[in-house]
Amino acid sequence: MATRTIIPFGPQHPVLPEPIHLDLVLEDERVVEAIPSIGFIHRGLEKLVEKKDFFEMTYVAERICGICSFIHGQSYCQAIEGVMKVDVPDRALYLRTIWGEMSRIHSHLLWLGLFADAFGFESLFMHSWRVREKLLDIIEETTGGRVIFGSCKIGGVRRDIDALGLKRVETELRTIEKQSFELTEVFKKDGSVKRRTVDVGMLSKEEAVSLGAVGPMLRASGVSSDSRKLGYAAYANLNWEPVVETAGDCYARCMVRCRELYQSFDLIYQAIAKIPEGPFDVKVTGNPTGEYFARVEQPRGEVIYYVKGNGSKNLERFRVRTPTFANVPPLVKTLAGCELADVPVIVLTIDPCISCTER
Amino acid sequence: MVHIENQPLVIIDKGQLVEKAEQMSKEGFRLVAITCAAKDNFELTYSFDKEYKLNNIRVVLPKENPIVPSITKPYFAAFTYENELQDLFGIKVTDLALDFKGTFYKLSVKTPFAPQTQGPVK
Amino acid sequence: MAQMSIAKVILRSVLSRPATRLYPVEKRAFYKNTRGSISIDIAKCIFCSICQKKCPTDAIVVKKDEKSWEINRLRCITCNACVDACPKKCLNMENMYSPGVVKKGADDKFTQEAKPKEENPQ
Repeated sequence: MATRTIIPFGPQHPVLPEPIHLDLVLEDERVVEAIPSIGFIHRGLEKLVEKKDFFEMTYVAERICGICSFIHGQSYCQAIEGVMKVDVPDRALYLRTIWGEMSRIHSHLLWLGLFADAFGFESLFMHSWRVREKLLDIIEETTGGRVIFGSCKIGGVRRDIDALGLKRVETELRTIEKQSFELTEVFKKDGSVKRRTVDVGMLSKEEAVSLGAVGPMLRASGVSSDSRKLGYAAYANLNWEPVVETAGDCYARCMVRCRELYQSFDLIYQAIAKIPEGPFDVKVTGNPTGEYFARVEQPRGEVIYYVKGNGSKNLERFRVRTPTFANVPPLVKTLAGCELADVPVIVLTIDPCISCTER
Repeated sequence: MVHIENQPLVIIDKGQLVEKAEQMSKEGFRLVAITCAAKDNFELTYSFDKEYKLNNIRVVLPKENPIVPSITKPYFAAFTYENELQDLFGIKVTDLALDFKGTFYKLSVKTPFAPQTQGPVK
Repeated sequence: MAQMSIAKVILRSVLSRPATRLYPVEKRAFYKNTRGSISIDIAKCIFCSICQKKCPTDAIVVKKDEKSWEINRLRCITCNACVDACPKKCLNMENMYSPGVVKKGADDKFTQEAKPKEENPQ
């Protein structure tokens, strides 16, 4: 009769970027079930709407997370623009697309490094982050900050990139694309990577849909669903299709993110070629009344922003449902039945961004 | 031209909630989010999505003694949202499949978002 | 061979110079757009306090009777809202970060001296 032991995983763990707690119930090295518990980094940001007016909430929304910060700011601006029916100029939409895709590239490169660290391949981790440094330099040159961009506002963007700047961005990105291609070839072909990730953490297509998985977790199980197809910002004018794999294991999720990396480079080149001239912001007057759900695709999945205004300067309710929150039930399901050494690999494949989950 | 979606909203009674959720699950909708706005009463909004179209169902609960049935039978993934409703707002959810009984979120102040603790933050 | 797919990356990093910088011997050149710290041309300031109202973290304190403008460097998040809002354009975003401090409360204060009456040269 096997005895059961309970091992606490987290909140401090070398492989976790942010604190989450899991109680793992083990039977001789095999995990039987996992019980999650969150709340270590809850800052109560949704309650700040009572104090700050809706223009200042853009700064708060950007600082919910450090990895996906630009897209949080963009989603908040889109939610308020949906309530107030603001018509944003086209140049601002293309600039938001370019910065959003740069944010996605930097997030995926960061994830590739952490994933390699999860199964012990530290030199690959260092190389991924070395490539990411060059991208952060471009972001600092165009927006002023390496991680918190500060360039989205209600009604458009706060600063422009002129034609010379766009040309420089394109040349630098081609170098970065070549270097990241060499890295993703290692992830695709290396024998030690495959031995740790193939057939680990299986999630079938029906389970992924019924458990509410979003983002690369859903697309690696064969379901073609990407919120960028809704057509916000400039995505309706660009030529692309969602990236789908069918295997449903950790290796498939890694491949989805690597292929999305190339897709982001391609989307930026297309946007730079098609960007129109014109103003980059529009003046917004009045206060928001009504409610709206804004749905945007973050690097980790689909994020929902709900805003409700009642005609005064302070919003009545502001709610963020981030993709990591929706990916917790699939995590609990895939952890059941795996070996203890696979737990860090599976926890990292959902791309946990716990500061987003708990705002 | 910025893209603004059309999001239909239906307000129903809490007694019809479970059968409406089961009907949505049979038609192939996936659960997107459960949102709660708390001011004079609790407004719960259940959002479902199919092929990029968002449908919302709303249930209104009174401020005193808010109780709502759980939809974890058709949608098991709802347990995270319903535990969050219990921990942050103090709403009682019955028949939860995986009930953490208030320990899902480790907080120092119980039910911080409930109406009696509202008012400008210091 | 599948084991040696990383050989090209490793060979290049062995044979070329290191990717890190020998700080503090070699310092990094900041870009023109970098949001480092706020500076003020105090002679042009009219003490209207619009920057104090726009600041989201309340880092700026303007006193009209003393003719002083003070900023709390630890609270400033370099969001550029004050620079955009100033009507006389006397605030500027420098690209050097403000130096580190060892205790809180050491704010930067700028005071405008009383100007003697003089003719402006043409």
